[in-house]
Amino acid sequence: MAQPSQQLLMGNEAIALGAIRAGVGFVSGYPGTPSTEILETIAKHNTGDIYVEWSVNEKAALEAAAGAAYAGQRTMVTMKQVGLNVASDPLMSLAYIGVKGGMVIVSADDPGPISSQTEQDTRHFASFCKLPVFDPSSPEEAYEMIGDAFAYSERYATPVLFRPTTRVCHGCAAIAVDTQRQAHKPEGFVKDDKWVIFPRLSYENHKKIEARAPVLAHDFSSYPRNLLIPGQSCKKGVAAGGVSWAYLQEALKADAPDVKLLKVSIPYPFPEELALEFLQGLDEVLVAEELDPVIERELVYLCGKHHLPVTIRGKLTGDMPCAGENSAVTIRAALNRFLGLPAGQAPEQESAPALPVRPPVLCAGCPHRASFYAVKQAMKGKKAVFSGDIGCYTLGNAAPLNMVDTCLCMGAGVTIAQGLHRVEPDAVNFAFIGDSTFFHTGIPGVINAVYNETNIVLIVLDNSTTAMTGHQPHPGTGRTMMGNISEKISIRKVLEGIGVQDIHQVNPLHLTEAVQAVQQAAAHPGVSAVLFEAPCIAVSKPGPMAQVDAAKCTGCRKCIRELGCPALVLENGKAHIEPTLCYGCGLCQQVCPFGAIGGAQND
Amino acid sequence: MTETTNSKNQPAVMNCILAGVGGQGTVLASKLIAQSAMNRGLFARTAETIGMAQRGGCVVSHVRIGRNPQDVPSPLLPPGSADLVLGFEPSEAVRCLPYRKPGGAVVVCSKAVQPVTASLSGKSYDAGAMIAHLQKTVERLVVLDGDALLAQCPSPKTLNVALLGAAVQALQAWQGPAAVLTLADVENTILQRLPQKYHEMNQSALRAGARLAIQANPLLAGEKE
Repeated sequence: MAQPSQQLLMGNEAIALGAIRAGVGFVSGYPGTPSTEILETIAKHNTGDIYVEWSVNEKAALEAAAGAAYAGQRTMVTMKQVGLNVASDPLMSLAYIGVKGGMVIVSADDPGPISSQTEQDTRHFASFCKLPVFDPSSPEEAYEMIGDAFAYSERYATPVLFRPTTRVCHGCAAIAVDTQRQAHKPEGFVKDDKWVIFPRLSYENHKKIEARAPVLAHDFSSYPRNLLIPGQSCKKGVAAGGVSWAYLQEALKADAPDVKLLKVSIPYPFPEELALEFLQGLDEVLVAEELDPVIERELVYLCGKHHLPVTIRGKLTGDMPCAGENSAVTIRAALNRFLGLPAGQAPEQESAPALPVRPPVLCAGCPHRASFYAVKQAMKGKKAVFSGDIGCYTLGNAAPLNMVDTCLCMGAGVTIAQGLHRVEPDAVNFAFIGDSTFFHTGIPGVINAVYNETNIVLIVLDNSTTAMTGHQPHPGTGRTMMGNISEKISIRKVLEGIGVQDIHQVNPLHLTEAVQAVQQAAAHPGVSAVLFEAPCIAVSKPGPMAQVDAAKCTGCRKCIRELGCPALVLENGKAHIEPTLCYGCGLCQQVCPFGAIGGAQND
Repeated sequence: MTETTNSKNQPAVMNCILAGVGGQGTVLASKLIAQSAMNRGLFARTAETIGMAQRGGCVVSHVRIGRNPQDVPSPLLPPGSADLVLGFEPSEAVRCLPYRKPGGAVVVCSKAVQPVTASLSGKSYDAGAMIAHLQKTVERLVVLDGDALLAQCPSPKTLNVALLGAAVQALQAWQGPAAVLTLADVENTILQRLPQKYHEMNQSALRAGARLAIQANPLLAGEKE
C-alpha cells in the first residue's frame, strides 16, 4: 500500500523510515543518546535488503559504511555528537576521497546537555571537514530532509552530515508515512586510484573541495528548506535554525510582530545569496540557534564582506544565552527585548513548598551497586583512586557510594588510571569499565598498561548489555542486528590474549567472594582484572523480593547509608523495602548486621 | 526560496504535561493520548525525557494536540499553557504546576516516591504538604489515593494507564462534549497500539482509574460516554 498513513513517529524513527524510503542499503552505528533509536528502527523495519550493524565503535561504523559507499551502496552511519570525535579520523580523510553511493552521517547533538559530556556543535565539524550539514527543525521535517541528504550526497559524490538535536530526535509528531522505497542497486566496487589517499591526491582534491563550496552554497540558496519570509515594512529580522525555528514560531504566534525571517536548514555551506537577500534593508538581526553561534558568525561575516550596515545580535553580543538549550520562553523573551515589546507576563504562582532534589541513581537491584560496594569495602583505609567511564556506572559517583573519582570520555578510565599511577605509585589505581565500553575503546588502553608495565586494577562491569542507551547487543553478547547469533567474544580471553596475568571472575552480588577477589587483584604486582558478571535488571528476571523483619531491624540505617538503593527507605524508624521497586538482588541482606532482611536469594 | 505567509494560526486544541519519576511509565501514557487524538483526525506532537535522567530522576512528557502542525509548532509546551497536569507523583506535579494554564486541571497520585538523597539525609519530603499546596491553588483537582490505585490495578506497571483513565474521566466531566478524548477513545488506542497480551490488564487499569476519580470527586460521574 503506497497510500501515506499518519503515524506517531519519534524523530529518530522518522529519520530511519525516511532513509529506508530513500533506498538506504547499509546502516552502521554505535549507540548514543539521543541517536540510538535510528538504527534500531532500521533493524525493526528492515525490508530484507538492508544490512544493519551495531559496530564496535563509531570509527569502525564510519569506515565500514565508507567501504559500502565505495561499492555504490546508499549508506547511513548513526552516532551521538561525541561519537563523531571517535570517527573524526576517517571522516576528515573521507571528505577528501568522497563516495559513490550516497552516504549520510547522522551525528545527533545534545543541547543542554541532557545526556552528554559536551555541548559541541556538529555544524562546526561540518565546516572543519568541509562537508554539507542538514539541520532539521522537527521530526516531520527530518523525515523529508533525510531523503534530500541522500540525493545531494550522491549528486556531489560526497558524504554529508545530518545533525538533529535531542528535541528533534526524541520528539514525536504525526507524520504521513510513505511506504514506497526507492530502488537502488549498487554497481559494486570499481578499482581506481581515486580510492587511495596520497599527499598528491589530497592536494588535488583539496582544490576541488574549495572550488565546490561556493557551488554548493549557490545550490543551497534555492534549497526549499532554506527559507526567506519577508516582513511588511520592518527593519528587523530574525534568523533561526534547528528546533529554535520551532520555538520562534511559537513566539511569533503569541505576539504576531512584523519581522523578516530567515530559516537556515543547511548551515554549511552557508546559503549566502539567500542570506544576502534577507539582510538587504535591515537594521538589526536577532539569531536564534543552539550550541555555537554558527549562523550568527556567518551573518557577521557577510555584513563585513558586503559592507552592510546591519547589527547582528545573538550569542556573541550577549542577547542569547551562550550555553544550554533554548525554549519557547527564552526565544520569546529575547524576541521581545529585540523588538522593544513588553516582556511576556510571567504567570503568577503561589509559592510552592520546597521541592525534593531528584538526581538520577543506579536502579534498585543494579549489579553495579554491588560491584562498587565490594571494591569500596576491599579498599577501606587504603590509598586508592577510582577512575570511571561512560555508561550507567557513571552514576556510581553519587553518594553514598562515591566511587567515581574521574570520568572523561569512552575508554579513558583505563588510561587515566595509568597516568595517575605514574605520579603516585603508592596508590592502588582502579579503572572501572562496562562491557560495551571495553569493546568500544577499552582494549588498547589495557594493552598500553601491560606493555608499559603500569600496575592498574581493571574492573570490568559486565552486565551483558549496553544498558544506558537502552540495551543494545555488543560483541560480548553474540547477538547482531541482523538477528543472527555469532560467537560471543570472551572478555576474559581477550585479557589473557593481551597478557593480563591475574584475572578474577565473580558475581558481584556474592559480596564476600567479590571483596576477596578485589583484595587479591589489588595485591597482585602487575596489571590485574576483576570481571564482575551479573546481568542488568532490565535483561534478567527479578529474584524473590526482600523484606525487613521489623522485630529484628534496629533502625541503624546501615543498609540505607551504605547502599543508596532507591527501594530502601526509612519508615517509622525502621528500614522498609518498597515492593514496587525491589528486584530481589539480595545485597542489602548481606549488608544488614542484624540479619533483619530476608526473602531474597542471591543467585 | 521565498514564501509569503503570515500565518494566523489557531490555538492548540489541548496541551498536557505528564510528570513523574523515571520508570513510572509517563511515555506510554503520553503516546496513548497522542494516538487517541490522531484517531480523531487531529495533529499530535510529544516530547519525552530519555537517557540518564530516566534512572530515578524527574521525567516529563509534553503532549500537544492541534488541528494542524503549525497550531503547536514546538515540542515543549510553554509555561501557562497546559490544560492538564497529570502528576504520577505529588512533588513532580507541583514542580510542573507553572505549566498549567489558568483554570487547567491537575490529576495526581498521592503516593510519594522518595529520592535516595532524602533517605540518606533522613529527611523525607512531606507529600501531604504537596497535596495541600495543590488543594490551595488548583480548583480542578483530583487526588487519587496511591494505595487504592495499587490495590485496584492488575499490576503496579499499569499505574500509568490508571492515572490516564482518571484524567480522561475528569476532563470528560469538566469539558463535556469539548473534551478531546473519551475513555472509549483510549480503550481503542490500547487495542490498536499495545500487544494483545497487555490489552485486558490495561483496559482494566484504565477503568479502575476512572472509577477512583469518581470516588475522589463524585461530581466527575456526570458525563457518560
